[in-house]
Amino acid sequence: MVTALAEIATPPAAGAALDIEQVSHAFDIDGAELPVLSDVSLSVEPGEFVALLGPSGCGKSTLLRLVAGLDKPKAGTLREDEVRIARPHPSRVVVFQDPTLFPWRTVWDNVALGLEAQGVLKSQRHRVDDALDLVGLSDFRTAYPHQLSGGMAQRVALARALVNDPKILILDEPLGKLDSLTRITMQAELVSLWQRKGFTTLLVTHDAEEALVLANRVIVFSDRPARVKADIRVDRPYPRHRGDPYLADLRRQILGLLGLDATW
Amino acid sequence: MSTYSLSDGIASGAPRLSRAPVLASWLRESGVGVLAGVAWIAFGLSCLWWEDLGDWSRTHSLGIAAFIVAAIALFGTVGADYLGSAGKALRQRAPWLVALGAFLTLWEVATAKFAWLPLPFFPPPQSIIEVYTDDLPKLLDSVFASVKLQLGGYLIGATVGFLTGVSIGWSRAVGYWVHPVLRFIGPLPATAWLPIAFFTFPSSWSASTFLIALATGFPVTVLTWSGVASVSNAYYDVARTLGAKPSFLVLKVAIPAALPHVFVGLFMGLGSSFAVLVVAEMIGVKAGLGWYLQWAQGWAAYANMYAALIVMALLCSGAITLLFAIRDRLLVWQKGTVKW
Repeated sequence: MVTALAEIATPPAAGAALDIEQVSHAFDIDGAELPVLSDVSLSVEPGEFVALLGPSGCGKSTLLRLVAGLDKPKAGTLREDEVRIARPHPSRVVVFQDPTLFPWRTVWDNVALGLEAQGVLKSQRHRVDDALDLVGLSDFRTAYPHQLSGGMAQRVALARALVNDPKILILDEPLGKLDSLTRITMQAELVSLWQRKGFTTLLVTHDAEEALVLANRVIVFSDRPARVKADIRVDRPYPRHRGDPYLADLRRQILGLLGLDATW
Repeated sequence: MSTYSLSDGIASGAPRLSRAPVLASWLRESGVGVLAGVAWIAFGLSCLWWEDLGDWSRTHSLGIAAFIVAAIALFGTVGADYLGSAGKALRQRAPWLVALGAFLTLWEVATAKFAWLPLPFFPPPQSIIEVYTDDLPKLLDSVFASVKLQLGGYLIGATVGFLTGVSIGWSRAVGYWVHPVLRFIGPLPATAWLPIAFFTFPSSWSASTFLIALATGFPVTVLTWSGVASVSNAYYDVARTLGAKPSFLVLKVAIPAALPHVFVGLFMGLGSSFAVLVVAEMIGVKAGLGWYLQWAQGWAAYANMYAALIVMALLCSGAITLLFAIRDRLLVWQKGTVKW
């Protein structure tokens, strides 16, 4: 259903399917092994918007790094469209919690980074302009990152990701450090970008409301080592309303799963 | 200044106001400039008023030149409003002109006129001017030789240091082998190699080039290395997810991120290479400002020593100014974020 819609909206650059099969991962800290993911399995359909929700430090971000191909899992496999993920690829782009723009590059050059790294910038400069238009920062193309506000910097980071036409967009709490007003605006922008482009989206967040406003599916993780605790479908049309009683009900359920029901 | 209320001014102060504040504000703006003129007139007079104790041929010209500077300062100050940015620059530097004029006057009087400072160890300003006019070819040859030696050694040292620094910062294997060597040899002052260098190298010129390169290379290597090593992993992660190959990570991530550190290294290397240059020229090389200093001392030509020192100071500060200008150009992105 979702796939069909996405295909109609944007025929060429639709999202990819993501299969996470029995993935476990651990960190070595001073010789001791600290398990962070334990037997996580998850199937994401092309074009889905999946939010990963869990207590802070539970290993969600680690899972994203595995999906991006930045780290290799200790056990299990991850596949993008049936192809095993072994290393980073521009079809899976990450937007981190910090914008991590390169301070020595202008906004335009930052957005151009991916095309430049892939060696196609010369013939495709217009894609950089388009991406900047998409996030509404065309007027700032010659600015340096230190001249931007937090929200603008995060928008540039988003443009830097989108310019690659990713099949899977990986968002690691990208709105976590923004003020609440900027946050609400950017949530709406994220949804409309996702609807227009049709990429598969993975969003790590620890804000249940954000997850429910944005995602088709909310995966709730347990405390470390992270296991999938619940897989909740959010069948509500966009744009969603924060006061929607259906969402409020789901939110109560989710907070209950996270052990925070006493506060409500 | 007393407090001033509006009613006072209207009632009684009006006629008084019209003249005094204009004069006061003129004095505030131009007073220092006039004082600069006075200081330089004093210098000119100090040259011409008394007889020289020694035999110096440029005293008269120096006095005239002082009057010319005084005239420029005075006319520049009076006409500052019509001179645009030049007038503004003059106004800004006026306090320094006062200090300089006063210092030169004192110097002139203390040496050439009354010999409060013993001659010939403290030559008067005119004898230094005499060096610049009469010994110019030799001085220029020395400047040229020094600049050539310094530039060659510095460029070699900076290039090798930069490449070594990037390699150690990037590759664990290179670091394993180079780091201990650097730890062991680096802190040794380059001048300690002088005796060995002068008989192992075919010429004193190549030996000095090596020493200058060594003195430059160590700080550049260490700081480039620490710069590359301290680049945040997040930058690499971002670049890798965007499809960057290792060469891109080095050239477009590690090096630009490390550049501020590299410039600190280049700055430190420049300082220590000056020291080596002068010592090398004094001991082995038969040309250059260091050699000129040594030669002048041998002939008890103290004015020549001061003249060479002044040129040396100008060259060194010029080199550092140039380095800073290059840094500011390359690191525009740092404007407003970091200052050192």
